[in-house]
Amino acid sequence: MLGLNKKDSTLLLIVAAMVLLAPFILNPFPADSAMAQFNAGYPDLMQRFVIFGIFAIGFNILFGLTGYLSFGHAAFLGVGSYSAVWMFKLLSMNVIPAILLAVLVSGVFALVIGFVSLRRTGIYFSILTLAFAQMSFNLAYSVLTPITNGETGLQLTLDDPRILGVSATADGGIPVTSLFGMEMRSTFTLDAGAWLFQFNTGYYFCGAVLLLAFYLAIRIFRSPFGLMLRAIKSNRTRMNYTGLNTKPYALAAFVISGMYAGLAGGLMASMDPLAGAERMQWTASGEVVLMTILGGAGTLIGPVLGAGFIKYFENIFSKINEGVLHQWFAFLPDGMENGVVWVVEHFVGPGWHLTLGLLFMLVVTFLPGGLVEGGQRIARLFRRKSTEPQDGATQSHPAE
Amino acid sequence: MGILEVKNVNKRFGGLKALSEVNLSVAENTVHAIIGPNGAGKSTLLNCLVGKLIPDTGSVMFDGQSVLGRTPYEINQMGISRVFQTPEIFGDLTVMENMMIPCFAKRDGAFEMNALAGVARQRDILERAEQMLVDMRMADKRNMHAASMSRGDKRRLEIGMCLAQEPRLLLLDEPTAGMARADTNNTIDLLKQIKEERDITIAIIEHDMHVVFSLAERITVLAQGTPLVEDIPANIKGHPKVREAYLGETAAAA
Repeated sequence: MLGLNKKDSTLLLIVAAMVLLAPFILNPFPADSAMAQFNAGYPDLMQRFVIFGIFAIGFNILFGLTGYLSFGHAAFLGVGSYSAVWMFKLLSMNVIPAILLAVLVSGVFALVIGFVSLRRTGIYFSILTLAFAQMSFNLAYSVLTPITNGETGLQLTLDDPRILGVSATADGGIPVTSLFGMEMRSTFTLDAGAWLFQFNTGYYFCGAVLLLAFYLAIRIFRSPFGLMLRAIKSNRTRMNYTGLNTKPYALAAFVISGMYAGLAGGLMASMDPLAGAERMQWTASGEVVLMTILGGAGTLIGPVLGAGFIKYFENIFSKINEGVLHQWFAFLPDGMENGVVWVVEHFVGPGWHLTLGLLFMLVVTFLPGGLVEGGQRIARLFRRKSTEPQDGATQSHPAE
Repeated sequence: MGILEVKNVNKRFGGLKALSEVNLSVAENTVHAIIGPNGAGKSTLLNCLVGKLIPDTGSVMFDGQSVLGRTPYEINQMGISRVFQTPEIFGDLTVMENMMIPCFAKRDGAFEMNALAGVARQRDILERAEQMLVDMRMADKRNMHAASMSRGDKRRLEIGMCLAQEPRLLLLDEPTAGMARADTNNTIDLLKQIKEERDITIAIIEHDMHVVFSLAERITVLAQGTPLVEDIPANIKGHPKVREAYLGETAAAA
């Protein structure tokens, strides 16, 4: 299908089904039950899952495939967001030109930063990218204020000179982002008994872009170019002495992953048309590194899983507060309840980073291949049970 | 006029004169060994040939063209392939993938943006890589991770990868270093077979005299950064200067 082999087609179909059915899958609990706070099927969060999934897929092309650890990828995300908002301000509220400009500008940006940073490898490369990203972050707050609007962030106003479209709607509001008239924020709500499912145009648009981005990533993984990138990660000396110039390969990987980040940034601005410099901060760059490693660097689906996992934690675990915990542990005797709540509250709410940190440590220590390796181990366990006698002979291990 | 002409090459590292006035001519379609005691400058000389080091003075000509100032990948594309002392292969990739990469380098050159093509549909590359694996008697290992193979197999794969590019000159840096006797003999047989089947020039740096005298048609003895003598193996064995500088007791005992 679409030039993919059977295994990759299946993977793509599974991801497509997940994207399509996410409003159901992520909302397993009735809306007014005690478990409802674990529901993640609301538009804002689903959009974030998908957008960070795209960000991580792109990052994985550089880090997972080529082995260059960039600590400045959030810069491209920020650049993409700014470009998209400018397009909304100046041209039209249609998301397509905004996203195209975001990808283009972040690509050019990545070309420049990559050209300089890729003169070094290993830790020096990481530090160079970090330096560039922090530079962009600080410039956005200082000299570049006319473009970035400094600390306030770049927003739409009522007097934007929008060439194709109006500066303000008839009732005096700021127009909303749309795809040829379909408003990104419009949501259709389905009441199914106790359950409440929300279908958001913006989410499905992001989902379609994710599928495209994922498909392209599969093609890159399976291409001769992808093979060269893996070869660079494996042994750069042998590459050089096999007549291959590693520099343009690494630079191309860098630019492609920068464009993915710009795409994510453009989508972010398309869902909510504002852009702030904090999107370029080094913590944001670190987050995508965590997502990729947690999910499984160098695998196809890993980064998407990692992005979903971290965003889920960030939004769901951080909402659990002391009151909720007291409710949960109300069945315990009073003194014990307070003790348990005191312990647990350090791991949830504002302390969710602690839980994430511990989980990250556990994954890196026991599952170096990330969540994907965890899944593979479980699958192997089941397979071994069912096909004990003829093990090994028919198993071929495709390169991942 | 040899395929490789090294003239008056000097290389200095700070106060150490690693190479002084080295002249070397490797004739086409021969096996030429470069031997010498530790610190004689063998590896420095090799690094000057492949672009890793640039000599202070002198010239290195391959097939009438200077290699000086070119990067390793450019020199490789000119037709010089190098086998390393410790096998340099793509450990994370499968044996088949390892073999495909030089085939791509041969077909597409130093860089080709082939991001949507699909490796599985590159029939010519797959066939060529498969043929090379058969030639190297490694076809049964095609899906193995290269890093998990034995040292001897890694060496065999590395030589195969170099041959897949159809180089005109194959440089081997102590190809049997650290190998068991059986593996060493296998490597000797492999190199002999390669020489018989292909039009190829081989330059070999080696410590193991057994390997050198089994393979070489000409031998250059290097001592303290300068060529002492160059001759056919039979004359090297008994050469007084060589005995003194290098073979010494080994030759006397033999």
